[in-house]
Amino acid sequence: MFPRPIQTQSRAVQITYQTFLPLALILWLLPLIAVAVFSIKPDTDFTSGNYWGMPGSFEGFTNYGKVFFASDMPRYMWNSVLITVPTVIGAVALSSMAGFALGIYRFKSNLWIFFMFVAGNFVPFQILMVPVRDLTIDMGLYNSKTGLVLFHIAFQSGFCTLFMRNFIRQLPFPLIEAARVEGVAEWRIFWYVVLPLMKPAIAALSVLIFTFIWNDYFWAVVLTQGPESQPVTAGITSFNAQFRAAYHLMSAGSIVAAIPPVAMFFLMQKHFIAGLTLGAVK
Amino acid sequence: MTSAALPQAHPDRGGRGWYRRNEIAITPWLFLAPAILFFMVYVIIPIFQSFNISLYDWDGLGEARFIGLGNYSELLDDRAFEVSLWNNFKWLLLYLLAIPAGLFIALFLNQTVTGIRLYKSLFFFPFVISQVVVGLVFTWFYDPTFGLLNTILGVFGLGPVNVLGDPTLVTYGIIAAGLWPQTAYCMILYLTGLNAVDPEQVEAARLDGAKGWKMLWFIIIPQLKPATFIAFVVTIIGALRSFDLISIMTNGGPFGTSRVLSFYMFEKALSEYGFRMGYGAAIAVVLFLIMLCFIAYFLWSMYREEKGGR
Repeated sequence: MFPRPIQTQSRAVQITYQTFLPLALILWLLPLIAVAVFSIKPDTDFTSGNYWGMPGSFEGFTNYGKVFFASDMPRYMWNSVLITVPTVIGAVALSSMAGFALGIYRFKSNLWIFFMFVAGNFVPFQILMVPVRDLTIDMGLYNSKTGLVLFHIAFQSGFCTLFMRNFIRQLPFPLIEAARVEGVAEWRIFWYVVLPLMKPAIAALSVLIFTFIWNDYFWAVVLTQGPESQPVTAGITSFNAQFRAAYHLMSAGSIVAAIPPVAMFFLMQKHFIAGLTLGAVK
Repeated sequence: MTSAALPQAHPDRGGRGWYRRNEIAITPWLFLAPAILFFMVYVIIPIFQSFNISLYDWDGLGEARFIGLGNYSELLDDRAFEVSLWNNFKWLLLYLLAIPAGLFIALFLNQTVTGIRLYKSLFFFPFVISQVVVGLVFTWFYDPTFGLLNTILGVFGLGPVNVLGDPTLVTYGIIAAGLWPQTAYCMILYLTGLNAVDPEQVEAARLDGAKGWKMLWFIIIPQLKPATFIAFVVTIIGALRSFDLISIMTNGGPFGTSRVLSFYMFEKALSEYGFRMGYGAAIAVVLFLIMLCFIAYFLWSMYREEKGGR
């Protein structure tokens, strides 16, 4: 245990630590707290220059109500859902199969294919931008959710395969050997033996990919425009243009856009962190 | 763990066809096919296409004209490209601060007091929200008229600083915003790493009189090597991918001083002043080549691991 557990230290040190903890947290989250405060203020506070004083009145419901009922925000949110969920399903499906193949079988090009996925996953997006945009236009999928989903599935399958393959490597191999001795077909081994053991990995990947895709901005701008298909990250900029200088509404909008991944994180914290830190420990 | 494919373990039951006999050789390819297909079409082939496009003068609609290395020689004289490249190096270097900062916070939080789990999650918070929101949050934080930063500076009698409007400060301001979520990420990596530190080694070192910095440097950090490696990988990638924050916070301004390659490329290829796909692709290739040095290093490290791990 390092640093030395606080319990073994003097009382004074313990109290100092306990007081510093919340202070440090407030300092760390200060920019976010500021936005949260903004989002419940009435607009008169901003016109009268009362930025940091007590809110003139509590307008949380009015502000958030406006975001939900007087703007395109719900539409953008729904688009985000329709982009994120299929991507998660697609990427997890593709990568559990690919991870199974790379983790269980030994064949000549195994490591090279694996490295192709890993390397592709590190590539800067910009090198893909022009060709992928052209491809999407040629397929007639420009400015459609499908176009965005297809690309996301393909790109995320790089990271997901890396993740799945390493996870499957840690499964007890004798289990698969035993199944083979029994004469179980290979695809049945995948479906009935390996897949049930992969549940934690699937859960972890799903939350991670959900967050990554929900928060994607670059591809949303490159492959879509307009409220019919843009996700919330891109939509928030048009939202802000609509409510220029209405800081209380822009703050409320930002918070609404941030909530789904945050909720996902808090609900699935264990899986999220397990996924993010895979490989951080030997 | 070994994963050698066994020789056909089950006896061939009277020649049940070609597939049955070659099942173990064919199955992995069947399982790989969809992922490889997607990855090829959307990732691997486009990389080569970009290399090709960078040799053309092309507006994305009309006829593409082959100009060889014309785009690259134009880059050499492009002031904006030079600025973007320098900013990329600033990002690379300063973004790495997330690693020690994350380690520091992880050490601070690596205690068992009541509510510490909640503290850890809340410290991790900035990583979960999208960079777009982080960008907005920091834009308001820096705002010269009402931003929290200047309000705080005002308390100490320091004049208002327009971070995002000042060509010399703007890149640092954006990097600071980027460090916020990145530090959170490194923190969570180190917290996990610290959990796995061998308590016996720590005890033994304590008996030998090691403490404080010495303990950290000689006992703890070597054991955190896997976490550091991942933190390094994700931070480098994050630095070179920085686009969202710049786009949201300054849109490259003031006077293009906060551009980086990824942003400049986007601007050239898809700006309202006409599309220059070829030139954009050339910028992307430069960015890719910088990245390739790191990718090669990461893969080499992983390769050694794979070979050693058997």
